[in-house]
Amino acid sequence: MAEHLLEVEHLKQYFPIRDGFFGSKPLKAVDDVSFTINHGETLGLVGESGCGKTTVGRSILRLYEPTDGVVKFEGEEITDKNIHALRRKMQMVFQDPYSSLNPRMTVEDIIGEPLDVHKLYANKKERREKILHLMDLVGLNAEHATRYAHEFSGGQRQRIGIARALAVDPKFIICDEPVSALDVSIQAQVINMFEDLQEKLGVAYLFIAHDLLVVRHISHNIAVMYLGHMVETASADELMDHPIHPYTESLLSAVPIPDPKIARQKNRIMLEGDVPSPLNMPTGCPFRTRCRYATERCAAEVPELTDRGNGHKVACFVK
Amino acid sequence: MNYEHLLSVQDLHTTFTTDNGDVQAVNGVSFNLDEGKVLGIVGESGSGKSVTAYSVMQILAENGGITGGKILFKGEDITKWSESQMTNFRGKSCSIIFQDPMTSLNPVFSVGNQLMEAITLHTDKKGQAAKDRALEMLKLVGINEPEKRLKQYPFELSGGMRQRVMIAMALACEPDILIADEPTTALDVTIQAQILELMLDIQKKLGMAIIMVTHDLGVIAEMCDEIIVMYGGRICERGTADEIFYNPCHEYTKGLLHSIPSVTGKKERLNPIEGTPINMLNMPKGCAFCPRCAAAMKVCLQEVPQEISINEDHKASCWINIRDHKGVQEEVTTNG
Repeated sequence: MAEHLLEVEHLKQYFPIRDGFFGSKPLKAVDDVSFTINHGETLGLVGESGCGKTTVGRSILRLYEPTDGVVKFEGEEITDKNIHALRRKMQMVFQDPYSSLNPRMTVEDIIGEPLDVHKLYANKKERREKILHLMDLVGLNAEHATRYAHEFSGGQRQRIGIARALAVDPKFIICDEPVSALDVSIQAQVINMFEDLQEKLGVAYLFIAHDLLVVRHISHNIAVMYLGHMVETASADELMDHPIHPYTESLLSAVPIPDPKIARQKNRIMLEGDVPSPLNMPTGCPFRTRCRYATERCAAEVPELTDRGNGHKVACFVK
Repeated sequence: MNYEHLLSVQDLHTTFTTDNGDVQAVNGVSFNLDEGKVLGIVGESGSGKSVTAYSVMQILAENGGITGGKILFKGEDITKWSESQMTNFRGKSCSIIFQDPMTSLNPVFSVGNQLMEAITLHTDKKGQAAKDRALEMLKLVGINEPEKRLKQYPFELSGGMRQRVMIAMALACEPDILIADEPTTALDVTIQAQILELMLDIQKKLGMAIIMVTHDLGVIAEMCDEIIVMYGGRICERGTADEIFYNPCHEYTKGLLHSIPSVTGKKERLNPIEGTPINMLNMPKGCAFCPRCAAAMKVCLQEVPQEISINEDHKASCWINIRDHKGVQEEVTTNG
């Protein structure tokens, strides 16, 4: 068995953007990102909108053709040839439970579709049994099987989406903002379910989200992205308690704390301005235009991720 | 003029007529708002928090209307006002920032045009004076190169910038009340922090009152003096921020606070509220929360709990508190 379940090495994902009549220039959505995920563990991927976190997830599953880089699953390089077979082991849960379920299919057929595609049953009876088992796993009643998606609330729809991902018995699930569209009380139910499933089935997650409190709660390790680059990665507690990169620092201090006393005492590091356009990237370190420590070197060179001990990696010259 | 509170909402009922029957979106909500205060209304989708805010502005959808209660602004009942009086009220005395800065600006007019419209409509500033005021507002909300922005169209601005333009527009006529309906939900955390800071900053400068409608308990904790927790169209608990966060009394508020991951990062299992959000077409007879409440008693199914005072700064509508506080334990237990 390979040491890591998933290894991403120097992944690059550029999209051509039309520029003028004939020309095109690349939008560097993901630029040289590397990380690993262990068996049965969760990596939280955080960053602001447009930082490329969703693209990373989609490139791993080859929903996009990566521009460059290698993604290995259980030591085996993912290529166009083996991706279909590998999708039995890697699945995805999408953000929007309203648009990711086909409104013309019953719950039974939605959950059963991956079983059909990968031919995972011998007869109708077995298919039905598998579907009911999956529904039970995510806390849906058997009588829900013949209903349509629109009859369910947001939280229940997300459960259907998760049951569909679990249908092929995957080892790895990419969760792209799976709880962002849900109310707080429902969010907690779904987070608990993710944790239970990991314990029961040993499935690993790439948990993409922007809510840092949720990510800290569910993740073993966290990686922070900014403008297509990975700027910092460490174990969840280490990263949240001792952030090193200036961007992580200000991102953490911007999180509204649901505790009035702590909120009043907090010393907030305010970031000036907006994220630059990925079409018009700053030279050198992508964060330098908003960084209060930026030096001349930051404008000239791109910092590499370097290990600062205990697997805490940071891409910054200054800190 | 003599009035007790800047805004006083008394027993407000707002109803929507739908094909499937009437929906009581707001069911007997009362609260007061004083000058310079930040009031937070928190609740999940469908709790009636936005409808309460829209009712104050009277900008409800076609099929909705205020069916009971009073809204007193500086002592006058604005539910009885004519449409032209309301037009004057909106924007000048009370303005609103919506959740989605992408859709709440008109894409075919320039930023300057939209800003100046609000100014010329509600003040006596015209032409150059209105333009100067628009520039001044853009500077106030921290937009760089305001001259250039006036000529730009909304699609040329980022989400955070658009929300700043919305705030500039809402504040251009120095309203007494600013209603912010999930003003930062569509924005990233670093931009959210900028916008919240900006709102508090301007509030200190201009001294207006803010009604902050949100589902984000973090935003509430950072912004608000007083908090109202809503569920199923009713207020279930109200009090100062400290009281609500450190001494929650209603079972729903407790559940909400247990549903958020710990700030310190302790890996405790979350303790969510079971069940699914309420169906407003099929409201329970008693307490709206009782179908999801772990501590529900028989009386909760039958009667809507009255609001009682926990202490000076804190009120809750929950039968458990009524039982514990009023010594009606015997009566309740014999029922249940």
